[in-house]
Amino acid sequence: MSGFGTLLLRDLAQFLPGARKGNTLLPLLFFVAVAMLYPFAVGPNPNVLAATGGGVIWVAALLAAILPLDRLLAPDLENGFFDQWALRGIAEEVVVAVRLLAHWLSFGPFLMLAALPASALLGIDGATLRTVELGLLAGTPGLAAIGIIIAAVTVGLRSGGAALSGLLVIPLAVPLLIFGAGSLSNGGEGGIALTAAISLVLVAMAPFAGGAAIRAAREG
Amino acid sequence: MEAPRLAARDLACRRGERLLFRGLSLELSGGQALHVTGSNGTGKSSLIRILARLLRPYAGEVERSGTIGLLDQTMALDEHLPLGRALAFWRRIDRWPDRDDATGERVGQLGLRDLMDVPVRYLSTGQRKRAALFRLLGQGADIWLLDEPLNGLDRDAVALVEALVAQHIASGGLALVASHQPIAVAGMAVLHLPDYAPGVDA
Repeated sequence: MSGFGTLLLRDLAQFLPGARKGNTLLPLLFFVAVAMLYPFAVGPNPNVLAATGGGVIWVAALLAAILPLDRLLAPDLENGFFDQWALRGIAEEVVVAVRLLAHWLSFGPFLMLAALPASALLGIDGATLRTVELGLLAGTPGLAAIGIIIAAVTVGLRSGGAALSGLLVIPLAVPLLIFGAGSLSNGGEGGIALTAAISLVLVAMAPFAGGAAIRAAREG
Repeated sequence: MEAPRLAARDLACRRGERLLFRGLSLELSGGQALHVTGSNGTGKSSLIRILARLLRPYAGEVERSGTIGLLDQTMALDEHLPLGRALAFWRRIDRWPDRDDATGERVGQLGLRDLMDVPVRYLSTGQRKRAALFRLLGQGADIWLLDEPLNGLDRDAVALVEALVAQHIASGGLALVASHQPIAVAGMAVLHLPDYAPGVDA
């Protein structure tokens, strides 16, 4: 337990917004910036904004979740942390699971907060906002898991990792967006439930996929 | 504590298309030290990673009992943190006693006392090495695997590393040091890695 807590504290100190001289604020600011700029891009028609605003919040959330991708796992592999953990019998799966939790904590709750001003900027009504918030609660853990899986799979690539990350996001994120953003159009609980189910699968998969990918990268 | 032991049978290592060494066997137990020599690219680091079970050998097997401490080119310390806080992470993971005389003495011995508030990224090569040594000492591992521990160290620090290795094996530990530089530790055996390169009759 003490090892788990120590790992989590270190991760949070690295990833929580405001850590590392504010570098970690970028995903959150990015999310708010998208919400602020979107009305300028499509024009101020309130009907258009209200109809599409929820979807924009979802896309902004996805992008905010994958912004810190290159910092999630690669520095620890390069600096030898994973080697030292392996020698001490701390499994990669445990490290990745803790990192997943820290990654989600560093953007999930903050995005849900930021969705409040964002929805005001986009002219989203209360009922839709409720659906958006519930959807984000159900979907952001899945987005965090996607980020972790992609970070792990591309961790051993010296170059071209960024391009591959961008490609990998698309198929992994499609189901979450279909049901998460889709729940907005029918206001249905069903969409949110399916989003939560996909999130759970991704979260359950991430530590094992990530652990295997990191071991493979170490052999390379 | 069970006496530490490190044995390898008939190891071969391939990196990419190249066979670096083959037919390498070794057997070490507590109180013994081995100096692995050879120029760059002969597979010293790979051998260390195989013995640490971080790399799968192309052939052969490794047996060991005892905990492993690894010192290589990576620091495993957070670059942006002051040294003291970066080391505190490993203090909690390895459960060093909060305040004991041995730790305080080591800080002075390794010349780290004035560096604890300096961010790791500002440390010089030699200072980094000494900080990593501090982490290794705190871990209290039975088996030391040191990969080029003398790189970037001045003469005093080299003597210090030699003394630490001697102290480690005197207290029943086991040490394997890969270095292209000479290292003076009493009773240390030498393994010249190029002898196991393909095309050489071992």
